[in-house]
Amino acid sequence: MADTPFQKIKIGWFSFSCCEDNTIVMTEIMNEHWQEWKKLFDFRHARVLKFKNVMDEFDVAFIEGAIASPEHEAKLKDIRQRSKKLVAVGACAVTGLPSGQRNTFTPEQKEAIDFLVARFGALPKVLRVKDVVPVDVELPGCPMNPDAFLKAVNGLVVELRPELQTQSPNIK
Amino acid sequence: MHTFDLSMEHITKIEGAASLSVKVVDDKVVDVKFQTVEYKRFFTEALKGKPILAVPQHLARICGTCSNAHIMCAIEACEAALGITPTEQTQKLRSLTMHGLIIRDHALHLFLFSLPDIYKLDAFLDLDESDPAQHQILHDGFDIKAAGNYLATLIAGRSVHATYPTIGGFLHFPDKAGIDEAVKKLNDIRPAVLRLIEIFKNSPFHFDRKTHYMALAPEKSFGYIHGRIMTSQGETYGPEKYRDHLEHVVLPYSQASAYEYQGEGYMVGSLARINLAKETLHPKTKESLGKTLDLFPSTDIYYNNLAQAIEILHSVDESIDLLTQNEFKPEPLVKAPYREAVGVGVIEAPRGTLYHKIELNVDGTIKQGEVIVPTGQNQINIERDVGTLVERILPTMEKEAIEMEIEKLIRAYDPCMSCAAHFLKVSWAGNSTPKAARA
Repeated sequence: MADTPFQKIKIGWFSFSCCEDNTIVMTEIMNEHWQEWKKLFDFRHARVLKFKNVMDEFDVAFIEGAIASPEHEAKLKDIRQRSKKLVAVGACAVTGLPSGQRNTFTPEQKEAIDFLVARFGALPKVLRVKDVVPVDVELPGCPMNPDAFLKAVNGLVVELRPELQTQSPNIK
Repeated sequence: MHTFDLSMEHITKIEGAASLSVKVVDDKVVDVKFQTVEYKRFFTEALKGKPILAVPQHLARICGTCSNAHIMCAIEACEAALGITPTEQTQKLRSLTMHGLIIRDHALHLFLFSLPDIYKLDAFLDLDESDPAQHQILHDGFDIKAAGNYLATLIAGRSVHATYPTIGGFLHFPDKAGIDEAVKKLNDIRPAVLRLIEIFKNSPFHFDRKTHYMALAPEKSFGYIHGRIMTSQGETYGPEKYRDHLEHVVLPYSQASAYEYQGEGYMVGSLARINLAKETLHPKTKESLGKTLDLFPSTDIYYNNLAQAIEILHSVDESIDLLTQNEFKPEPLVKAPYREAVGVGVIEAPRGTLYHKIELNVDGTIKQGEVIVPTGQNQINIERDVGTLVERILPTMEKEAIEMEIEKLIRAYDPCMSCAAHFLKVSWAGNSTPKAARA
């Protein structure tokens, strides 16, 4: 990385209704990339990594998980309007499944869980991220593919900080 | 005198989303609720009607970090239902899968979640690279995780939702080059694991209280798959008693709340395992640990972190043996005809004893199933300990400091909320959740 200072890319990492497999994959990708990421990224909001999380603005918000409640919907819309780019990571965010498997239940199964859905105030149908907000990049997979994630991240870095490309661009 | 409600919406640096509420009246804690804020994904309901071969991959998706533990446990339950005995090679590959998981997952918890508290930092990445000691810790953390990840990928296909293990065996087998590389990586990280053990041995945090312990304890050498369920009161239960123990002890316990449950609590996890079976650790591990092992058995919850670091070392030493002393060859899967049956799997996941039960129909589809996760069993202790902690520190600390102390304590348990989302009791207005609510 060059010595010329630049503004770090502001990252938010958010998990909705999911198993957090993409979060775990991200922390494993970090094994080989933490030194570049420390220089390149400002993790503004990432509960898995830190206590002091800030909801202000993000260059890139990563969204994992399906949208299961009105509260999720509102939070996702709030994140979208604070973010230049929004990336849906993993099968639940992109396709709604498997977290949204109650959408595929038989009538008997739906009846069996109905009171819980109502009691928790969950949505009648679990939604994909793109059902709620526009998405800039989709990374499907259960979990997401690490190489696809890195390719997408590299592409976003080039787009958001073109000045870095003349300095030391490689974060392969 | 203080009377207030303390509410923490999202605990940070744990797996998944949890909230905590504490009710204080005249300096006495009268209620603590440690709850999931995850919306249910209905995994056990979704089991119904699924073909048995789909069960391990389905239940893996309960959790992104405990994933491979769910796969191992589900396979065990399915094989019990089908009457399948895995080959010796399969058992070794499953042990290696668990070792990869333990190394990676414990390192994630210890370095990324718990260690920042010791250095009074917000995040692991805030460690200062220009300071040689902190620079070393940064490298150690990522190198240990990477070694665990490599081992799991070699043996099981992936760390998350592994693709090679299945009912009856494995679909892919490790090659010599991969094995040699794994052995090299494990040897290379061993000094880093010893440094990690020192850090948590010398941690300034302590919280001591009496509780019982329970774990699947091995008969010969320390591990996560084979053994008998053992308690610190000296009881043991073999596979023939698993179902009874699950239905009459573990299930009701995991549904109770701390302030309603009248009996004595128990804890599961690394601390329970080391307390109950430290003599069975790998000889090289014991030799390296020396007097550190004299700290156990311990009732200090912060030694759960130290116990996890010790388990990483054991998994390193045991894996090196398994990889260097065996030749792994392609083997066909062991198969059996479908039948009406009930199968129970019990293994030690990173965070404690995990139970899967499935009821199989004669056509090979699932009638219904049950999953009890470690965090569900630790809920009572977590709530009681937080209550005790708050009463102790209330006179001397401000609200934000109290919240940070609570988070630190909860982190020592290493709760997994993606797992617990389905199986953690949730109270509404102080009433117990009916059984049907667990989905």
